[in-house]
Amino acid sequence: MFSRAYKTAVTLPPLVWVTVFLLMPYLLMFCYSFWSVSASQTIEHSWNLANYGQLLRVGVYWQTLLRSMWIAARVTIFSLALGYPLAYFLSFYAGQKKDLLYQLVIIPLWVSYLVRAYAWKTILGSDGVLNTLLQYVHLTKHPLEFLLYSPFAVVLTLTHIYTPFAFLPIYAALEHIPRNLVEASHDLGASPGQTFWKVVFPLSVPGVVAGATFAFVLSLGDFLAPLLLGGPSGIMISNIVVSLFGAAYNWPLGAAISFCMLLLVVGLLFFSERLEKKWSFS
Amino acid sequence: MELLVSETRFRFGSRWLQLHAALVFGFLYLPIAVLIVYSFNGEGVGGFPPHHLTLDWYRSLFADEAIWDSVLNSLKVAFAAMVISLTLGVPAALALERAQFPGKALFRRLVLLPLILPGIITGLSLLMLFNVTGTKLSLMTIMLGHGTALIAVATTEVFAGLQKLDRAQEEASLDLGANYWQTFWRITVPNLKLPIIGAALLIFTPSMDEIAVSFFLIGRDNTLPLEIWGRLRRGITPEINAVSTIIFVFSLVAIVFWYRLRVRGEGGTDVGIEIVEAVEGNAI
Repeated sequence: MFSRAYKTAVTLPPLVWVTVFLLMPYLLMFCYSFWSVSASQTIEHSWNLANYGQLLRVGVYWQTLLRSMWIAARVTIFSLALGYPLAYFLSFYAGQKKDLLYQLVIIPLWVSYLVRAYAWKTILGSDGVLNTLLQYVHLTKHPLEFLLYSPFAVVLTLTHIYTPFAFLPIYAALEHIPRNLVEASHDLGASPGQTFWKVVFPLSVPGVVAGATFAFVLSLGDFLAPLLLGGPSGIMISNIVVSLFGAAYNWPLGAAISFCMLLLVVGLLFFSERLEKKWSFS
Repeated sequence: MELLVSETRFRFGSRWLQLHAALVFGFLYLPIAVLIVYSFNGEGVGGFPPHHLTLDWYRSLFADEAIWDSVLNSLKVAFAAMVISLTLGVPAALALERAQFPGKALFRRLVLLPLILPGIITGLSLLMLFNVTGTKLSLMTIMLGHGTALIAVATTEVFAGLQKLDRAQEEASLDLGANYWQTFWRITVPNLKLPIIGAALLIFTPSMDEIAVSFFLIGRDNTLPLEIWGRLRRGITPEINAVSTIIFVFSLVAIVFWYRLRVRGEGGTDVGIEIVEAVEGNAI
């Protein structure tokens, strides 16, 4: 029904654009990661593996990467722990309020990321809302200092931000479960617990995997929450990249770290896609 | 009797779920509530309980030209991003649904990638492109960045709409002698009105708020999030609470508008679910 000309007309412009503004930049990042910076602060296009060697040799890079992954892992676990029961409640118990509650989960996503991170800062700070509240009700005498400028603050804030992201795919997966399967399970004498673990949960695994991937990948690459709330002990790998592209002026090394992150993310996406396929029943 | 027992146990479980849901909602809305309450607090940010309710912060906000300049810049960027993403995202959706071409699978993945990729990677890779090509950083480079990253939103929304579309109308139009261009504008686009408006909203609002990509592509003129970022580094001011509250109200209006649109159409009210499913790799 559609002519060759039509197909070319709709395919070519986005294809060219995506090649120029997505594919080429990623390839360029790959190229940069093999270059170096000369003493006179210019980028030398001499191809070598020195940047990658430095990543392996200098402890601070992979230690920070490991710490970022640990922060991202905690954010993922907390987001799932908050998001899954919420999605389950909405999908199976909320009845007519379902639509409204769904909107209520989504609305925080429309409030600027930066502003929400900053609101946590005003809550957790030593003169912040929480500390002054605790002193006001005489629970503490002095402000709790560990609340802000710590990995705790980063994990809390990122969990707040990525819980809706974890919720969305889980909710979508739960909504797709045919309700007669659940009824059949009840009719055949399974307890609610058995029905959940043997019918509902296995069918929602693809959503859980997708939600976990969202939360992990997006929090792994975050650099604003650590800058705002992390303090020295909450630095993440992207903060190192930012400083390499800024004051430290070593774009090639920054590109090498970024490219490793890109590989890690694409690898995770590939892995989670395989996992979802394996678990989806259709 | 059996049934009754399991019903009560079900209810019991649902109590815990209800409590959990209430706590999660509390967690999600606490910072937003704090933000709004303290935008009226005379003593500035922090301190409990809030007192001396005042509109001073809104007054000083309205006198603050730097903020309004940045709001204007953000509006320009969001509008341009919307135009770029739709101009490329609609044909991309048509291409994915209707054409076969070499590299289609890679193309699909590339289009969707910026949605799941941390903004820093999108931002830095574009920064390198602009650097190599000698492009000066400005609002224009941010527009290109947002426009490119958000093609995915337009593509997934429109793709979902296309799958529900009855091709008979387009076929009839072509049979009756209209050319492809006329058929596109008179049949395809009007039928995709809802997904296109939805995509426009889902591009505009995130672009207004975006900071990770803009952070690297910024020239001389700040967007609102970057202006806020600059001020946060100098110290906290309740003016930021005030401007955030105003933007929150506007976002709410946009959501309600979008919600009513979806209810009137047959699209269902699960905002953005197409995007989630596409990124999961099932829908496209």
